[in-house]
Amino acid sequence: MGIRDFLSEKIQKVNVIGKKEIDENLWMKCTSCGEVNYHREVAKSLNTCPKCGKHFIISAMEKINIIVDKGSFQEIDSNLRSLDPLKFRDSKKYPDRVKAAIKKTKMNDAFLSGIGRINGRPVHIGAYEFSFLGGSMGSVVGEKIVRLIESAIDNNQHVITLSCSGGARMQESILSLMQMAKTSAALVKLRKAGLAHISMLTDPTTGGVTASYAMLGDVNIAEPGSLICFAGPRVIEQTIRQTLPEGFQRAEFLLEHGMVDMVLPRSEWKGTLSNLLDFFG
Amino acid sequence: MSMTTLDFEAPILEIESRIDEIKNVSGLGAGEIDAELKSLEDKLTKLKANIYKKLTPPQKVLVARHPNRPYTLDYINSIFTDFVELHGDRLYRDDPAIICGTAKLNGDPVLVMGHQKGRNTKENIHRNFGMANPEGYRKAQRMFKMAETFNRPIVTFVDTPGAYPGIGAEERGQAEAIAKSLMVMAELTVPMVTIITGEGGSGGALGIAMGNRVAMLEHSIYAVISPEGCASILWKDPAYAGKAAEALKLTAQDLKEQKIIDEIISEPAGGAHRDYDLISSRVKDFILRALSDLKKMDREKIFEDRYQKFRAMGVFAE
Repeated sequence: MGIRDFLSEKIQKVNVIGKKEIDENLWMKCTSCGEVNYHREVAKSLNTCPKCGKHFIISAMEKINIIVDKGSFQEIDSNLRSLDPLKFRDSKKYPDRVKAAIKKTKMNDAFLSGIGRINGRPVHIGAYEFSFLGGSMGSVVGEKIVRLIESAIDNNQHVITLSCSGGARMQESILSLMQMAKTSAALVKLRKAGLAHISMLTDPTTGGVTASYAMLGDVNIAEPGSLICFAGPRVIEQTIRQTLPEGFQRAEFLLEHGMVDMVLPRSEWKGTLSNLLDFFG
Repeated sequence: MSMTTLDFEAPILEIESRIDEIKNVSGLGAGEIDAELKSLEDKLTKLKANIYKKLTPPQKVLVARHPNRPYTLDYINSIFTDFVELHGDRLYRDDPAIICGTAKLNGDPVLVMGHQKGRNTKENIHRNFGMANPEGYRKAQRMFKMAETFNRPIVTFVDTPGAYPGIGAEERGQAEAIAKSLMVMAELTVPMVTIITGEGGSGGALGIAMGNRVAMLEHSIYAVISPEGCASILWKDPAYAGKAAEALKLTAQDLKEQKIIDEIISEPAGGAHRDYDLISSRVKDFILRALSDLKKMDREKIFEDRYQKFRAMGVFAE
């Protein structure tokens, strides 16, 4: 091997390492404090920033896995799919948006529900997939929430919901609005059966989701720093034409105003839920 | 009250003013005036019917928001007697955007409630344009529970652009207030009848709209978001509100087809704002029919009837 080849090989190796080191798969910059962290470190701290504690948006399955015993989750109602009763079209057709979301998330709609165990105790649990059309609540999401509650009643188990949603799904107009009524009504039956609903509000939970079952937990738990509101900050700014105060509509603001019972980091979810379930019996 | 004219109503106004003119002219013989008047009045009736039969969704939005449209207090005053308005949520304040109280319907005690818009700027500031704050929904809950305790039917009138999006409203829990209202309505074992009279604006409307029977006025609207809001989110431009109004399928006819409402109450020719007495009598007729139907059920059945009604809503495949 000539010196030229030798050097070339060395340079290539260096380049490979150099490339890896700037690879986005290895490092990520915190969107809140700007700290550059190892992905591995971020993952170890349940997708939060090891420096500032910022909770990054994670998938429905990841949230459920933080809470339930390993391997205990059994999905239900996965076959429900959205239709297009209103033939809704904005810049794209609604069915095309749904198709793209299915392809992206490998889920049929924006809500993942099933039965799992928390320290051995069976619970009914469901979570939103925000990357599926902004976690919006249409007919399928509403129906899956109600079926989760009904199944919980049949099996005498408590219900945990993990909300993360841009609100009602506009493309289903009035049908989405009615999911607010339907899900809230189902909670009346859950209560009559003496069973609890623990509502976990994660970043972001807004609009018609907040203004229905999600605010109706026997206990409401908010993820640190999460946006939780009825009207979004932009809508309010446009209405009152003022800049909103720092921290407005964030989890800590809701705690201060008595709307949630606690702000709880992901690392404490399972232990706290387990304690609460002991109380609910 | 001054009369506001929408663009597409201009031909109606033209004939109306000609009729007025003729009535004021004294030079013609009585026979000639009568003949001319009759032909114009016939023409007017046909024109009103034609224009209002073919309203597009964006035009319906305008009619639903017509400043002369009858509001909740107009209906209360013409349909009920002995109205006693009750105020306050007992927690923070009274919300004038939702009014409620006890009244009698053909002599029978009922609870009545509705969003209330103002007729002029001063009134609208007081009523907040019919956009309720959390206090409005908490007052509503208090009233629903009172009707439940004393076993009285509930009649609600819905006419709001939406729940108010403000700093104070968020601080005091707008989302919680609406959510709790939904749950309180779902729990009721007394009959509840709802009429969408003008604008059914999203969660702010639904917050008092979970009747066992729900009707809409012929030219009222009901949707998950305003056409303007929808346009600025999906089209990134509020100028597309007309397109959004079409896409949202927000007319009474659309909602009847989707089985979200039970009945459409037809409006007088030229819209509800042209004949308060006639529209009130039709609304009253609907309320009486709905209540007499519901009175046949026992209380548990009334709860279950409402539960199943909303449980069935949603369209999906499996």
